[in-house]
Amino acid sequence: MSNAAVSALNGATVQGFARVEEMGLQGMITLRGDLASAKVKNAVKEATGQDVPALRSLNTGDKGAVAWMSPDELLIMVDYAGVTDTLALIEAALSGEHFLAVNVSDARAMFRVSGSAAGVRETLAKLCPVDMTPGAFEPGMFRRTRMAQIPAAIWMPDAETVQIVCFRSVAEYTFNLLRDAVAEGGEVGLFS
Amino acid sequence: MSTRLATGGRLLDKSRTLDFSFNGKQLKGVEGDTLASALLANDQMLVGRSFKYHRPRGIVASGGEEPNALVGLGEDGKFEPNQRVTTTELFDGLTCTSQNHWPSLEFDVGILNSKLFARFLPAGFYYKMFIHPRPLWKHVYEPFIRQSAGLGKAPRDRDQDSYEHFYAFYDVVVIGGGVAGLQAAKAAGQAGAKVLLMEQDPHWGGRAPVDGGTIDGQDPQAFVDATLDELKSMDNVTLRIRMMGAGVYDHGYVLGYERVNDHAPSAKGPRHRLWRIRAGQIVTATGAIERPLSFAGNDIPGVMLASAVRDYAVNYGVSIGDRTVVVTNNDDAYLTAITLKEAGLEVPAILDARASGGGALADRARDMGIRVETGKGIASVKGGKRVEGVAICAQAGEGAVLEEIKCDAVAMSGGWSPVVHLWSHCGGKLIWDEAEAMFRPDPEKAPTGDTGEGFVIAAGAANGMFALGEALTDAQSAGEAAAKATGHKGKSGTAPKGEAPSYAAIQPVWMMPQGANIKLRMKAWLDFQNDVKVSDIQLAAREGFESVEHAKRYTTLGMATDQGKLSNINGLAILSDALGQAIPQTGTTTFRPPYTPISLSSIAGNAIGDTFQPIRKTPMHDWHEENGAHWEPVGAWRRPYTFQKSGESVEDAVIREIKQTRESLGLLDASTLGKIIVKGPDAGRFMDMLYTNMMSTLKPGRCRYGLMCGENGFLSDDGVVARIDEETFLCHTTTGGADSIHAHMEEWLQTEWWDWKVYTANVTEQYAQIGVAGPKSRKVLEKLTNDDVSAEALSFMGWTEITVAGIPARVFRISFAGELSFELSVPASHGRALWDALMEAGAEFGVTPYGTEAMHVMRAEKGFIMIGDETDGTVIPQDLMMHWAISKKKEDYLGKRAQEREHMADPNRWKLVGLETTDGSVLPDGAYAVADGTNANGQRNLQGRVTSTYYSPTLDRGIAMGLVHNGPDRMGEVLDFPKVDGTIVKAKIVDQVFFDKDGEKQNV
Repeated sequence: MSNAAVSALNGATVQGFARVEEMGLQGMITLRGDLASAKVKNAVKEATGQDVPALRSLNTGDKGAVAWMSPDELLIMVDYAGVTDTLALIEAALSGEHFLAVNVSDARAMFRVSGSAAGVRETLAKLCPVDMTPGAFEPGMFRRTRMAQIPAAIWMPDAETVQIVCFRSVAEYTFNLLRDAVAEGGEVGLFS
Repeated sequence: MSTRLATGGRLLDKSRTLDFSFNGKQLKGVEGDTLASALLANDQMLVGRSFKYHRPRGIVASGGEEPNALVGLGEDGKFEPNQRVTTTELFDGLTCTSQNHWPSLEFDVGILNSKLFARFLPAGFYYKMFIHPRPLWKHVYEPFIRQSAGLGKAPRDRDQDSYEHFYAFYDVVVIGGGVAGLQAAKAAGQAGAKVLLMEQDPHWGGRAPVDGGTIDGQDPQAFVDATLDELKSMDNVTLRIRMMGAGVYDHGYVLGYERVNDHAPSAKGPRHRLWRIRAGQIVTATGAIERPLSFAGNDIPGVMLASAVRDYAVNYGVSIGDRTVVVTNNDDAYLTAITLKEAGLEVPAILDARASGGGALADRARDMGIRVETGKGIASVKGGKRVEGVAICAQAGEGAVLEEIKCDAVAMSGGWSPVVHLWSHCGGKLIWDEAEAMFRPDPEKAPTGDTGEGFVIAAGAANGMFALGEALTDAQSAGEAAAKATGHKGKSGTAPKGEAPSYAAIQPVWMMPQGANIKLRMKAWLDFQNDVKVSDIQLAAREGFESVEHAKRYTTLGMATDQGKLSNINGLAILSDALGQAIPQTGTTTFRPPYTPISLSSIAGNAIGDTFQPIRKTPMHDWHEENGAHWEPVGAWRRPYTFQKSGESVEDAVIREIKQTRESLGLLDASTLGKIIVKGPDAGRFMDMLYTNMMSTLKPGRCRYGLMCGENGFLSDDGVVARIDEETFLCHTTTGGADSIHAHMEEWLQTEWWDWKVYTANVTEQYAQIGVAGPKSRKVLEKLTNDDVSAEALSFMGWTEITVAGIPARVFRISFAGELSFELSVPASHGRALWDALMEAGAEFGVTPYGTEAMHVMRAEKGFIMIGDETDGTVIPQDLMMHWAISKKKEDYLGKRAQEREHMADPNRWKLVGLETTDGSVLPDGAYAVADGTNANGQRNLQGRVTSTYYSPTLDRGIAMGLVHNGPDRMGEVLDFPKVDGTIVKAKIVDQVFFDKDGEKQNV
């Protein structure tokens, strides 16, 4: 593959009371199938080293991550460069099974919001109808939700970081939303 | 005159002086003032003019219920009209102007009109006066009324401030931070619930610190401070001031309106934050509002609610006048008299409308030497722009003046109404409490949630519990009940003991005096802002507006920006009296959110500027932007309509793009086209149901154009399907149809054919797609790839995988322009690189990027239909003569049965043809072809309409497609298309394929 691959915003960043950065290209695979089947579990394990995640959660490790998208859909995250190999691996592991595995890496943009634990939670609570209270949303959980006027998915890699996936075409809108949400003086003071 | 007292002002920090201006006049206030208290401290009694009569208006209240004192606040990008001075915190440098006056506040021309014409402006005046003759309305009456009416002026400049939303989730939301709200929050918090307590004012405690009494033997302020400390120490309780409960909605949804920086307009951060809260239970501890009394001249500046007079004295150290007459029908107003007397001010008399007089407080007032007159009321208030005296009369009589008393302020109290607004927003019902003369929440009929259980609990004064002791007990049980209802069984403490002097019974007084004659009733105001008087409501009743909702609209009672917080109960009592029925029979008007007006910007939140709406951008968007794209919105996408060169018109740019593409080479950014993967053992069967034509027979490596219909048979989408492998199809949809067609597929799979083994995925954004069209398209491709793209290797309607410019691509040999063309599909992150490579490689052929308009014209030259032009949701494929795309072999497809129904199979349906103007001109879009005669409505009969019409640069003439009655059988006939200018264009029915009918150009 050519080296010219460019993510939607090419790593744009902005600093407010929290830091926002577009994270560049991330390998993503949509996997649809029977999540209870041994073959799917095995394929996910081979692809990411992780178990099939429970409802509204994600499992993550060194090799990759896997998030629960719907009762028959997972989002597999691996290195951008490794997607073709991972797809081949999944297809081999699921041969004979009814499934759909498709590369969606280029269809998405990914953002990181980092800073104080309270700051990142507040940033997201301004944009998503999700209960960001500590305890209600924690690392390991995964939400497909709405972010202002667009669909998005969010999770917390750790207590001070939130990651966001949205469609590539609205990456700029997403960035601008986050830019405004982290603007100095907009601290709500709710989770601190 | 109103002035600052030497003592008092518990909310002030007198060491800090603040400068502000009113109508350009420089004034001084102190830290802690509201704009209202600061204006009054400067003897600014006159603050505005009423809506209809331009009567002088002064401040009448001390809180959100204020109807009169609205100002235009700030300047330029910070200007906002209709701001209540009573809820505006003073800040240094504040500027404001009064409203609804011309030429000046002090001398207003409108007042002359009202003096001359007031008796001609009763209720319904506008309806009666201006209904005939009709044309006068638009040209004479409306401009006149618009000039003289209206309060604040709309801002001219863009709002400089920012606003945001915030999503929050609580077990219990307590609205109102008075002693009841504090106690309820504490009870719920102690039981273990996650609690939010919000207070609209910048300080806690509500009225209790002003009204006195004791709580557990202490001053109420001590209780407030101690309870706040306790609440702050509880992790499960959130406290917010300057946040109003604006509305209560279904399923425990609450809007909290936080005025973050109104008091500090130069601070960083948003001005307002709109909290969108999910609450398990809502406790409304919203207090009560005092009612005015309806006597003649009750609107003259200096007549104020008794509680407001008290508030200004205690909270802000401001006296409204040196001599204040108190007029009341209940004991509460005695507190005002006592407070004023204690502050060293004169109270010439307390006029108690009750013949029996008051209780313990009345005795105390008498002991202080205040003259108390029972069974008396005000016949009229003397004065114009401020109070000069009152004429007193017997309440039981008709207004004969017994005595005149000089005074410069009147403190009135007609009793208290619980603030039931939030209780009522979502359907909570009220009961009329005869003894207390008020509507109170009916605890049996709370607003109910999904389980049928109530989710709102009223507490304290908002629940009609006015005495301090019962308010606290009520709040305790409300907090406990709310916690319990949300599953928290922890132990709460007990309510503190509140003690206050007991009150004698109120006597409802809706009109003063009881038998007031018409002259008095015409000057007894109900709605101060909209100028509705007692006489107007009575007139409405006489004219048959018996429903309270009708009377409201006829008289405009309660329709002003204060939404009748002071006027509604008095008004409906007058209406009940006029109709000779009990008050509960009349009922209230509907309480709707927001409780007091909230800024439109807070509702918009972040939907402004570059976040007004998400704009979808393709990977090549920036290139288009830099190269003269004239944008066209397509769904949420922006697509280049054309690429304008400097000095070039849009029309010329389109013509250039078409000519260049037909002659040599054009590029189209087709990335927005929908791309949906359909995969599984049953994919072929599924595709045959989705499309009207046969898709299951398509071979891997081949493409087929297909049509999709809904169940009702109407054409909904079209596009090229590529078969990827035995189990996998790639469906291209229209740009606008990508999401809806994907949803359509999933709906059928999930609800109807749930047992079919098919998965779908919308991969629209995974790929950048570029249409390479024109005689040189193969040449440019061959420059960038080593793979074989010859006609033999890749024939028309075939696809294959190649590497182009070093990028892995799918190449589809499909053509919408009618030229030799290739569509290249690459991962989106390589889209811009491929575009740049094609531009570079194509330079020697004079490559031109083209936009959607050139695409439309070229497809029209070829007679290809466009979803949304040739279809409008009422068109079936048969109408478009697309029988070739409808499989006869298939047993079924979505829409098949509908298309066989009588109306769909009717030979008289309008069908697609080409249209060629006889003079070569371009037919107007949407023009109709007329037929002989007229229909039942006297309208000209029609026989067809234009669906697409363009100037074709290729043919140098206008071309069009249209749907015409029996069109395909009428080739060569000429139809008349009238234009809006009255002239007629003649157009001949022709074949809709205008260019290269045999497809020789695309098939090379």
